[in-house]
Amino acid sequence: MTDDLYRIWVYLSASPLLALTATLVAYQGGLWLYEKSGRRPVVNPVLIAVGLLVGLLLVTETRYGDYFEGAQFVHFMLGPATVALAVPLYGQLRALRGSVMATVVAIVLGSLTAILSALGIAWALGGSLQTVISLAPKSVTTPIAMALSDRLGGLASLTAVAVIITGMVGAIAGGWLLDRFGITDQRARGLAIGVAAHGIGTARAFQVNETTGAFAGLAMGLNALATTLFFAAAIAWFG
Amino acid sequence: MLRYLTILLVCQLVGETIVTGFSLPVPGPVLGMALLFLGLVVRRGGSPGLDDFSRGLLQHLGLLFVPAGVGVVLHLRLLAEAWLPIAGALLFGTGLTIVVTGWLMQRLARPPLPNPSGEGGR
Repeated sequence: MTDDLYRIWVYLSASPLLALTATLVAYQGGLWLYEKSGRRPVVNPVLIAVGLLVGLLLVTETRYGDYFEGAQFVHFMLGPATVALAVPLYGQLRALRGSVMATVVAIVLGSLTAILSALGIAWALGGSLQTVISLAPKSVTTPIAMALSDRLGGLASLTAVAVIITGMVGAIAGGWLLDRFGITDQRARGLAIGVAAHGIGTARAFQVNETTGAFAGLAMGLNALATTLFFAAAIAWFG
Repeated sequence: MLRYLTILLVCQLVGETIVTGFSLPVPGPVLGMALLFLGLVVRRGGSPGLDDFSRGLLQHLGLLFVPAGVGVVLHLRLLAEAWLPIAGALLFGTGLTIVVTGWLMQRLARPPLPNPSGEGGR
């Protein structure tokens, strides 16, 4: 009996089907809980799915690389989904026209805030130089953040984790924070979430409202550019 | 549906090609987004089919981050070792960034134009 189970397990874990299905099922579970909770932001479906899958990998002693073999099909769709952000953004063309300068200034200063606050806080709390550098690009999307961290002597893999956690923090706490500070303009709310919490924040913003989502997507793209330029300047400055 | 996925993939591929060819500091998909946006501006909008497909894809944007998120499992020890600076920077840095960006935009942007389509809004 155990032998049979083991044989089935060996067979399944060699194909992408298992990891792919587990990812979808975990996310569906997250969505179900989110709906059940009355759509409370704390019950974030991404966080729940990640938690379930991390638990599953630890219990079954599955290597992350083996899991990713299957899950990469979901991961791949991030590229076309990023391109697709152009569609809701075009829908906001009218809203965008009156506020181009404001948008650019808010994103650039927001980007600088993200980098400097991460540097300052991590340093003040006793982080090593490597940790501090690894955390600095946490608000931009994963591939860029990892490349920037690596170039400045950070730990790219720690950066990847920081980026994901940052996204979840922004998605969960963003709406509440913006409410507390009386920021009600949907464009401002979208930009704030997109600059601070990249794609995971943008995903959350789309759950709330199309305008917020469109501005979050825009902010995510422009913040990637702004952060890269800030890092390039820092590298040129310090050698 | 296949047609719209093709459009998105072509934009991404062109984006990746330009980024790699000129060693640009932006990710290929972000340039692909800019290209599609320009295309929509030039053509004065896409088709309802493209709209629906894109919205469908973006509705589940969160799912697409799950495989990368599970990568946290590789660094549980590192997180445990330096949890204080990491948690501090991630929580307070992210919060501060959200408030600063949102406040600036709300302060600087002119009030939103009335929305004729009547969607969302407040």
